[in-house]
Amino acid sequence: MRDFEYEAPTALADAVELLAGANGSAKLLAGGTDLIDHVRTGRLEPDLLIDIKKLAELNVLEASDSGLRLGAAVPCYQIYGNEQITSNYSALADSCQIIGGVQIQSRASVGGNLCNSGPAADSTPSLIALGAVCVIAGPNGTREVAAEDFCTAPRQNVLEAGELLVELKFPAPGGKSGSHYRRFIPRNEMDIAVVGVGAAVTLDDSGENFVSARIALGAVGPTPIFAQAAGDALAGQPANDDSIAAAAAAAREVATPIDDMRGTVEFRNHATAVLTERVLKTAIARARGEADGYTIGH
Amino acid sequence: MATADVDTAQTNGNGKYKVIGTRPIRHDGVDKVTGRALYGADVKLSGMLHAAMLRSPHAHANIKSIDTSKAEALPGVRAVVTNADLPEVGDRIAELGEGAVNLRHLSCNVLAGPKVLYKGHAIAAVAAENIHIAKEAVGLIDVEYELLPPVLDVREAMEDSAPILNDDVRTDTMGELGNTPTNIAAHFRYEKGDIEKGFAEAKVVVEREFDTATVHQGYIEPHNATALWNKDGHITVWTSTQGTFSVRQQVAELVNVPLSKVKVIPMEIGGGFGGKISVYLQPVAALLSKKSGQAVKLIMDRSAVFEATGPTPGSYIRVKMGVDAGGKITAAEAYLAYEAGGYPGSPINPGCMCIFACYDVPNGKIDGFDVCVNKPRTNAYRAPGATNAAFAAETVIDEICDELGICPVEFRLNNASKEGTRRVDGVEYPVIGMADTVEAIKSSAHWQSNLEGPNRGRGVASGFWFNCGLKSAATATVNADGSVSLIEGSTDIGGSRASLAMQLAETLGIAAEDVNPAVVDTDSVGYTDVTGGSRVTFATGIAAYEAGMDIRRQMIARAAEIWDVDADQVRYEDGTIIGPESSYTFKELAELVIKTGDPVTGRGASSAANQGGAFGTHCVDVEVDPDLGKVKILRYTIAQDCGTAIHPSYVEGQMQGGAVQGIGWALNEEYFYGDDGSMHNASYLDYRIPTCYDVPMIETIIVEVPDPEHPFGVRGVGEVPIVPPPAAIANAINNAIGVQMTELPMSPPRVVHEILKKNS
Ligand SMILES: Cc1cc2nc3c(=O)[nH]c(=O)nc-3n(C[C@H](O)[C@H](O)[C@H](O)COP(=O)(O)OP(=O)(O)OC[C@H]3O[C@@H](n4cnc5c(N)ncnc54)[C@H](O)[C@@H]3O)c2cc1C
Repeated sequence: MRDFEYEAPTALADAVELLAGANGSAKLLAGGTDLIDHVRTGRLEPDLLIDIKKLAELNVLEASDSGLRLGAAVPCYQIYGNEQITSNYSALADSCQIIGGVQIQSRASVGGNLCNSGPAADSTPSLIALGAVCVIAGPNGTREVAAEDFCTAPRQNVLEAGELLVELKFPAPGGKSGSHYRRFIPRNEMDIAVVGVGAAVTLDDSGENFVSARIALGAVGPTPIFAQAAGDALAGQPANDDSIAAAAAAAREVATPIDDMRGTVEFRNHATAVLTERVLKTAIARARGEADGYTIGH
Repeated sequence: MATADVDTAQTNGNGKYKVIGTRPIRHDGVDKVTGRALYGADVKLSGMLHAAMLRSPHAHANIKSIDTSKAEALPGVRAVVTNADLPEVGDRIAELGEGAVNLRHLSCNVLAGPKVLYKGHAIAAVAAENIHIAKEAVGLIDVEYELLPPVLDVREAMEDSAPILNDDVRTDTMGELGNTPTNIAAHFRYEKGDIEKGFAEAKVVVEREFDTATVHQGYIEPHNATALWNKDGHITVWTSTQGTFSVRQQVAELVNVPLSKVKVIPMEIGGGFGGKISVYLQPVAALLSKKSGQAVKLIMDRSAVFEATGPTPGSYIRVKMGVDAGGKITAAEAYLAYEAGGYPGSPINPGCMCIFACYDVPNGKIDGFDVCVNKPRTNAYRAPGATNAAFAAETVIDEICDELGICPVEFRLNNASKEGTRRVDGVEYPVIGMADTVEAIKSSAHWQSNLEGPNRGRGVASGFWFNCGLKSAATATVNADGSVSLIEGSTDIGGSRASLAMQLAETLGIAAEDVNPAVVDTDSVGYTDVTGGSRVTFATGIAAYEAGMDIRRQMIARAAEIWDVDADQVRYEDGTIIGPESSYTFKELAELVIKTGDPVTGRGASSAANQGGAFGTHCVDVEVDPDLGKVKILRYTIAQDCGTAIHPSYVEGQMQGGAVQGIGWALNEEYFYGDDGSMHNASYLDYRIPTCYDVPMIETIIVEVPDPEHPFGVRGVGEVPIVPPPAAIANAINNAIGVQMTELPMSPPRVVHEILKKNS
């Protein structure tokens, strides 16, 4: 492993300045659970690591009537340990509960998961399904980008030189809402998603019909995929097996998977539809306040 | 609670034994659970250098040139070695205990000769003041390659048009050599009876083809070696290995020094399963030490372990079996092609011998091929070659049972090999327990239970593995406090210190805790073959028993001297030395030993004994997710003939460990290759061994049909439990969802593929 410098600024402006001044040879360090491994194996060779865990803005965790604010460096265990998140943004809690084990969850952040921009990142489909907006700070000020527009290619995203992700803003769920994320892995632990699906649904007062739905897919394309048409088509439909099967088929249509050591194209296409059905059913059960029957890893 | 019967004898010795069949705490237990045990990576010597390896990025290439000058010039670098530093060893064969190896191939495997034959093939090594400098220097070595097309599939490698890996390999057909270079290193053929006639007598004949992927032992501890080549020409090697004497021999041969110049000191070993017999790093560390004048430590990282040590072969197998209306096998035929990896030496021969070994096959024909492909050179892995073979034969049997409407357990009872059965390869069985293991499953709570619910199924399968004898030596010294020190040379990978100490304790009639076993270096104990072939508790057990008997004779003589009576008036019974008028306990006499004459040291050895072999039958319940192809193991029971279980907990542990490895092999483990011949999943993230969330508690039934070749009836238990799992699970999947799997691993994408095929 190559030597590198380490800085831990306490003001956001200092972090931006350090980053912008390093001409691409600096890397931001949140939990480090992706970054340190990349440095260890030589895939990345930064001269400077900027620890962002000491920045107040990146540690915000605030749920109110107007929505959820989640600092980019907040570790997973704090997220699934927050009752407002487990009840109103359950898909996000589902994601955070399956990223690594306890040790990883004590460090790993959702911001790091998103900025690492892997196609199989477990929290990104939930961010997209829950309609999260990324707040980005840089030398030219602050801008906002929808979660579904953040990743651009495997390990690439919209961040420009000198920019960092500050927080994620989630709209407050309205009416009867429920969300869920699950992934398929061959074992029951210790795997990267072969397919991941996140969905958020809002039902009408009767709980029988969709008002709206958002579906997002992981590990079946170069970036996480927003299956917008599949979700949009559910608006106004009855929440039953037919509409769910149609949404699953539509989600499968937008998947563009590859063959690799984790799965085949055939399997991933098929599993996209299967998981979409299962995820929608769980999200609906949650919206209705019914038992969801979900156990981690299955 | 499981502890309730901890001290009850579990063996059918039924009170015959005092120590055997109990469950004392293992002698090496405290050090291991407190982290004090010293493994290969823990070796630290003053002035020690650290080394790193350059490995081939290509699967198949000629090495045109290697330029190490820039690496040598880097400050802190102390030595660089390549194949040019290894002496020419010639075309000789070395026996390694669980397989033999051509020394030239071994030498070229340790540091690549004119060619690299797989990605990860070692090319050069650098010793430096620290590991970071060593790694940096590795990056400064320039190698010029001439790329060659790789061949990764066993059947493609057998074609005439395939790229040839080794120009010195000729097909060895039962001793006769072919005359053109080929990838087919050997062709074995076994025949019995009249195969045509046998198939003509059958009511049902089923023929199927199978493919299995390359899999790795998956031990936790990476390979390691620290070596010091002293100025006086003596080489000391600290390493974790399954055989110190085998490492001594390989190092001496490869660096061309007399055996006596090499001393191998065994470190604790973090798993081996057959993979830590062949040398990789030891000769390289020795050469680096010779060049630098300092001790040198060399440790593999995980990807090197996957890419460059010896996995067990991928294979192509075809099985055809005929059964008559009465459910008796009339004929069986098999064709097996095993991937040897870069150099010849797959376990094809044992695969051929095992494939029908569980059954009385009146007419049989077996052809086996050892085939070089651009993958790491394969090595032993728990019952090498037998699991692939059993997957094929045992699933064909299940299909035949289905067709004839016969219960698979009854079929196995009806056709089981027994004493006097002659295998297709000609061997006639002594007393064996195949049928007993099937009976045990038949009467088990598991088999008797009803399996209900959708997508659930049950499967059974049996398996056989040889137990070898080979050579072992041990000495034992009586201490004044009545304890006995046992000195032995079998490195302990499965609780063998405990099982050997217990056999010595039983022989002497003392407590297991009063024996202190120690595994010592090659200068300190007699020649002992590897810890492999399920042989240690059997063969080193005989040596420990003989050492105990030697002590008994000396104790009797000493007591006779003290009492001034004839030795034949003194007898040794249950730890007591009894004379005509008085007696001593072992402890009382031990205290007198030094006061009255020479110290008492017993010696024992074994070489002649041949074990009868071990059989196991497994029963498994699974639930298959019909949409996602994921197989959940609901319940798993093993019945295995263990001869006599010395320490039942460790016997059960071996059965459970073997089954879990077999479950991993069945469901998810595989080397996943790109077309360029590079392994894409050389890490435990994507090479998926089961975690504790993936397997239930494995239930065990110890069957005891004592082996008459051993004083206590021991049979080897370590290997056979990996043989039946893939077949048993395939049978259970078929029973659950009506899909016959013929490819390993039966991973979710493959299972879904078969389901979709069936539904369309
Ligand atoms: C054992 C293990 C198991 C794992 N299991 C899973 C799993 O099940 N699912 C899964 O999805 N992932 C998994 N991961 C990957 C990793 O833990 C996650 O991606 C995690 O969320 C990364 O967060 P982090 O805070 O550790 O990021 P870091 O490693 O600190 O950063 C990741 C990348 O993002 C950049 N970055 C971080 N924060 C910001 C920011 N605010 N602005 C701009 N760039 C930033 C970093 O520079 C770096 O390039 C696992 C990793 C390990 C080691």
